[in-house]
Amino acid sequence: MSTQVTPGSQLGTVGVEETLGEVGRAKTPRRGSIDARRPSGRRVATRTLLNLAALFVFLLSVFPVYWMVNLSLTPNPKIISRSPSFFPLDLTFGHYATAWNREAAPGQTDFQHALISSMTVTAGVLVVTLLFAFLASVAVARFHFKGRRGFIVSVLIVQMIPGEAMMFTIYGMIDDWRLMNTLLGLGIVYTAAVIPFTIWTLRGFVAGVPADLEEAAMIDGCTKSQAFWKVTFPLLAPGLVATGIFAFIQSWNEFTMALLLMKGYNLTLPTWLNAFQSSTAAGAVDWGAVMAGSTMIAVPVMVFFLIVQGRMTGGLVSGAVKG
Amino acid sequence: MSATLTPTERDSRRAATELEQHVVRRERAKRRRDARGAWTLLSPSVIILGVMVGYPAVLMVIQSFTDYTVRNKVQGTLPDFVGFQNYIDLFTKSDFPAVLTRSLLLMAVLTALILCFGVLVAVLMTRLSKMWRILVSVGLLLAWAMPPLTATVVWGWIFDTQYGVVNWVLNAITGTSDWTNHPWLLEPLSFFFVLTIIIVWQGVPFVAFTTYAALGQVPGEVLEASSLDGATGWNRFRLVVFPYLRSVLTVVLVLQIIWNLRIFTQVYALQSRGGIAAETNVLGTYLFRQGVGEFGATAAIGVVMVILLLILSWGYVRTTLKEEEL
Repeated sequence: MSTQVTPGSQLGTVGVEETLGEVGRAKTPRRGSIDARRPSGRRVATRTLLNLAALFVFLLSVFPVYWMVNLSLTPNPKIISRSPSFFPLDLTFGHYATAWNREAAPGQTDFQHALISSMTVTAGVLVVTLLFAFLASVAVARFHFKGRRGFIVSVLIVQMIPGEAMMFTIYGMIDDWRLMNTLLGLGIVYTAAVIPFTIWTLRGFVAGVPADLEEAAMIDGCTKSQAFWKVTFPLLAPGLVATGIFAFIQSWNEFTMALLLMKGYNLTLPTWLNAFQSSTAAGAVDWGAVMAGSTMIAVPVMVFFLIVQGRMTGGLVSGAVKG
Repeated sequence: MSATLTPTERDSRRAATELEQHVVRRERAKRRRDARGAWTLLSPSVIILGVMVGYPAVLMVIQSFTDYTVRNKVQGTLPDFVGFQNYIDLFTKSDFPAVLTRSLLLMAVLTALILCFGVLVAVLMTRLSKMWRILVSVGLLLAWAMPPLTATVVWGWIFDTQYGVVNWVLNAITGTSDWTNHPWLLEPLSFFFVLTIIIVWQGVPFVAFTTYAALGQVPGEVLEASSLDGATGWNRFRLVVFPYLRSVLTVVLVLQIIWNLRIFTQVYALQSRGGIAAETNVLGTYLFRQGVGEFGATAAIGVVMVILLLILSWGYVRTTLKEEEL
């Protein structure tokens, strides 16, 4: 059920800033000793070529994002046009108002309600998942008990089982529980989908705080739980934030199960966008408004990605990266 | 020996044994207490995973051997046990084999492209100056952060038949109007071309960032030594750098295989922009489009999907367990 980003555990540092140092250090002596002796004409050519490649990668990556924002600010006659307008010269914010207010179809939700639905589900999933996963990760990282390895293996396996494969069985269960088309039902489905990788990630963070610290605190007179709450827990805050943001992105972007379980006024944002982009309520699809809606959905995710970028990839391959 | 022991020695030895037993007993009690504490902490997660993953998984396997339909569900009647009939029908009477082949082929192409471009971009990033590197990182991050559905909506518009910028650019480049109203999504092959662009575009940043991080782990001295020994370019990458990347790339490869086999959103959204669903379905959309009704038959599809993904992800589970020394 989890979408494309399913990172696993712990403090990999892959961020823009963080990795710069490492690689810079690794490369500096080499550049000084070998490259500097190369004929300078060839070096300049290589450098230009590399920078051109970089520019190409940048433009290719950014273009669709730019295009989305550009179209969301362009008046419709210029969007529905044989010659594209590359800059929103006739700036308009009308699309945002349209997307915000208009129902996708009669009886279906508008952006505002979808936003509230999405926020409710996401917040619920976030709180429950973090709490449950935090408890589990402490157990796995700090206790030695029978069945520990078995639990970890099942978490890893469950993380890889696509919830989508079981979609109709889950549909049947949700229907039996009278939770069809409710935020609670969707929230339960999402929580189960997000929890395995959250446990896995938090386990890494908890294991990253040395148990010696707690023991030192206990020698100084703390009880075991005091030592945990006063020493280890504050050190885990960044981990909880990063993991929380993963959970947020997962349930914010989830599409398949929402498409199956939610209808009418209870659509979440992705399902709203899906309905809105094929809605002909106003005669034709209002592409400017679709782009405005897309932008409003994408912006929170982008902001959070920028916040956690450093911890995004490390987790999955943490063991491997440590090398 | 014991016969020669003095009474005091015997006493002290007995005391030592008692102490030992006491310690062992306490140790055992502590371990029991630990286990109880641990399972208390685990119980919320175990319950939700058991109810929402374990239970439906078992239920799905059972349903896949029955002719359970929506009628049974509404009327509350019990379905009949049909053995492997659902599986036999699935592989002989339905489109499933074609969909499975298509999904696997698509997965192979996507995985190969994403890994190639990802590694290339990562290597490129190590050779850039700081400013250029930040520029590339920000671009990759934005592409990565686009929600899949949003990305597909935008790309769908970029490749739009009438007003798409791609057709406009191709017209401008070729100086003709051959590309006016070129329908990119109508032909299955062309549909998958567009789909590949969308997924590769979103998939490359993860591989690039991960590989870039791993490249940072290659010691500078080793690189310098290899340069001094005369290794250049491709050889240096292949013989010196690559061994450092192997373990990271293995995990990334497995994850890409799994993710690319699970794609749903992009295919579904692109189909609703003009693709012919019957000719472009992958596993996820195929299952979804079966609809609510034939629970037995859809359960069989689900079981096949789960087994396939479990086999493919086994490598990841094993590698992770080994790397983390669990």
